[in-house]
Amino acid sequence: MKRYLYYPGCSLRGTGKAYEESLLAVFKALDVELEELEDWNCCGATAYMAIDEMNAFALAGRNLALAEKKKLDLLAPCSACYLVLNKAQRYIKEYPKVAKLLDHGFKAAGLTYTGTTKVRHPLDILINDIGLDEIKARVKRPLAGLKVAPYYGCQIVRPYATFDLTYYPVSMDKLLRAVGAEIVDYPLKTRCCGGSQKGTLPEVGLSLIHILLKEAGRRGAQVVSTICPLCQFNLDAFQDEAGKKYGEVSRPVVYFTQLLGLAFGFSAKELGLERNIVSAKRVLVKFEPVAA
Amino acid sequence: MDARNGDLRIGVYVCHCGTNIAATVDVKAVAEYAAALPGVVVSREYKYMCSDPGQELIRQDIVELKLNRIVVASCSPLLHEETFRGAVAKGGLNPFCFQMVNIREHDSWVHQDRQRATEKAIALVRAAIRRVALHKPLEKKRVPIHPDVLIVGGGIAGIHAALTLANAGKHVYLVEREPTIGGNMAKFDKTFPTLDCAACILTPKMTAVKKHPNITLWTLSEVTEVQGYVGNFEIAVTRKPRYINEDLCVGCLECIEACVYKQAKVPDEFNLGLGKRRPIYISFPQAVPQIPVIDPETCIDFKTGRCKKTCIEACGDRHAVDLKQQPKQETIKVGAIILATGYQTFDARKVPDYGYGVYPNVYTAPEVERLINASGPTGGEVILRDGRKPQSIGIIHCVGSRDENTNKWCSRVCCMYSLKLAHLLKERTGAEVYNFYIDMRAAGKAYEEFYHKLLEEGVHMIRGRVAEVTDWAVTPEEEGKLVMRAEDTLISFVRRVPVDMVVLSVGLVPHEDAKDVRRLFNISCSSEGWFLERHPKLAPVNTFTDGIFIAGACQAPKDIPDAVGQAGSAAAEAMVLIDTGYVEMEPNTAYILEEECSGCKTCIPLCPYSAITFLADKKIAHINEVLCKGCGTCVAACPSGSIKQNLFEDEEIFEEIRGVLANA
Repeated sequence: MKRYLYYPGCSLRGTGKAYEESLLAVFKALDVELEELEDWNCCGATAYMAIDEMNAFALAGRNLALAEKKKLDLLAPCSACYLVLNKAQRYIKEYPKVAKLLDHGFKAAGLTYTGTTKVRHPLDILINDIGLDEIKARVKRPLAGLKVAPYYGCQIVRPYATFDLTYYPVSMDKLLRAVGAEIVDYPLKTRCCGGSQKGTLPEVGLSLIHILLKEAGRRGAQVVSTICPLCQFNLDAFQDEAGKKYGEVSRPVVYFTQLLGLAFGFSAKELGLERNIVSAKRVLVKFEPVAA
Repeated sequence: MDARNGDLRIGVYVCHCGTNIAATVDVKAVAEYAAALPGVVVSREYKYMCSDPGQELIRQDIVELKLNRIVVASCSPLLHEETFRGAVAKGGLNPFCFQMVNIREHDSWVHQDRQRATEKAIALVRAAIRRVALHKPLEKKRVPIHPDVLIVGGGIAGIHAALTLANAGKHVYLVEREPTIGGNMAKFDKTFPTLDCAACILTPKMTAVKKHPNITLWTLSEVTEVQGYVGNFEIAVTRKPRYINEDLCVGCLECIEACVYKQAKVPDEFNLGLGKRRPIYISFPQAVPQIPVIDPETCIDFKTGRCKKTCIEACGDRHAVDLKQQPKQETIKVGAIILATGYQTFDARKVPDYGYGVYPNVYTAPEVERLINASGPTGGEVILRDGRKPQSIGIIHCVGSRDENTNKWCSRVCCMYSLKLAHLLKERTGAEVYNFYIDMRAAGKAYEEFYHKLLEEGVHMIRGRVAEVTDWAVTPEEEGKLVMRAEDTLISFVRRVPVDMVVLSVGLVPHEDAKDVRRLFNISCSSEGWFLERHPKLAPVNTFTDGIFIAGACQAPKDIPDAVGQAGSAAAEAMVLIDTGYVEMEPNTAYILEEECSGCKTCIPLCPYSAITFLADKKIAHINEVLCKGCGTCVAACPSGSIKQNLFEDEEIFEEIRGVLANA
């Protein structure tokens, strides 16, 4: 049985609850054991990184150091966590100044960090550790005929393309194809979702959200599949507002793990699909298991 | 005469190489150190040992001081070993009673600490002095050269080299793997900066190749085996079947018209898939040889065996169509080889941001060359894949060039061909043309002037690398268009330019199988995969393998004038070899100690040059000195230590090692 340390981060316990629910279900179905990292803290993304990188590195570094003790790969499903943990690790490795400063912090916290923790993304684990054959074997209800726009967001392959292509990631495409879905050509797959612009410059955020949804629709996607809690939240929660301002764009936005979960035979409730603001029921109902 | 019989008289010469060596190595200290070593009669330092006075110094000392061994500590033997051997010979000494020490590339150029660099130079010189003491006089063997030349690749470089040699009376085998010669140039419409028609200047040369009595042209052919060495190569060529007998065909092309396929249905390779051809076809109207070819992949008769064979009927009494033709092996002997295998263009799909293969109206530059060519799929009319005529066109420079993610090199020709295409597209369509460039590189005769001409014609130049080409519209004007997004770095502003057609100026890359060709001919490639020249400045068409030369874009991206220049140069180098009539073989060959050889045959299969045979009568191995390249494999492998190698005798090597290690 494969084991990983699981780092939920704040999103998967908050707005991204559905991501956690579906992720845990999918990994369980694949016989993967996830052990939650004990005493984890904020990853250091959001305001920290913008205001003081060292603070962000210290926060991420503590998580890395905690994980290193366990000698297991660290699964970080949220794109922001994944990026910050990776970035902190590289800075500690490449900039002696950063490493030296953080060392003081580690010592104060009674920790050491030698840099061996591997930060992994669920896509990476599913494709490279588990493999498409194994995933295909678990499919109970193939998502035949479901047209999906694969939306990766910016953080997962930029600047560190650790397991997929910088310009044109394809790992989610492969996974969803493996469970029977049809992938539409979606050249906007790494384009900005607006990030936190919706809060600071609502105009900018809204137009970006609108472009992504409009193009998903124009290319025939019935649903947008995301891998990032912030992308999902932006596209889901502000869809109505963007539609009113720039023209109707109604499209469910789900996590890729929710789609995998459906194919594995879980119910909508088990996968947190009822938490979505824009209901996916109309599109996905035919893939749900019939109630006993 | 060696160290053990005591009459050693060694001369040591330490070169400053201007400041190349002297700045890092204390040459005076090295010379003074050497002077005190046993056997050393004279030890000098001099500013430029390779200069005439430097060489004269050696000659004079040999005569006056009766020197019998010489050591020169200077640059790499690759550059000046021959020079100093010559100087030694002038003094009346055997040129192999000489040892060269490289204290430049191996020392001064790679170290910074003067004291330690000097210590290293001293150790190297000491080693050479101890080694040279054991050197024996050796003789170079002369081997006659076969006067024929093999040229691989029938593009403009191969064609030019072939004609040059043939005109000088040399017999040339020109081997081309496509059905026609002409290469990439044959696909172009016009050439920059003069805008003369590519076919008009190329096809006369192609015809001349075909007609030339000194040229044997083999198309649809590939070299499959290369044996031998400079002056005496043995080459195997596989000639793939054309299914038309070249000796009987007169090029009337009636068989093509007669094909049961009334409509051309097969994507046409020559037009890069933009047009269609029949299973029996000719690449383009001026193809050389002017003989059709049958593609067995698509011909009904090959697939089902049940075709009416109208092509055979049309050929009538000439019986040139031969569906049973088989591949043919040819074996030839040549003295020199010129590789002119050219390039391929960068696969634009590797930059998915530009939408090639996704949006039908994104083209590569070679495709546009065919589109605007009068013999192309549209007869020279620029019509998009969706049937429209473009009113706005964007050209993206440096696709697959100058890019950390793909290829770092500049492909040299793209700026100029992009300008040419901009001119031609504007002329043919009247469209607005936008060139997105990083830097405008127009270094060449009349190139910058051409750029200015384009500016005056009103072609838009935007300095900025395009971020993406998409079909998603933000404004009503962008609907139905391809939108190019780029930062215009001259005004620091992100622009969105909606266009009907995008042209990707793809860079030049080595052929996919360049590595196989490299191995076949035993030459080197640069890390990027281009064939490696012997010296980037002073031996640009030579390779590290004697007798094999390179010309054209297989060495690095280059335009037509440069490719032709190099082809002429390669032809001249080949001629130097042939007209000399013989090659001198390095005497560093292996030899068998006959009384000690047990005849175990271990060495025989190991020799990469098949130089070792077994003498059945004496039951011992025998090494053919002419074939031996001095690789040393057999020497190391011999279980009884009964193979030795000139210039690399065990004692010489051990003495050298002792010299380096001796803690003086």
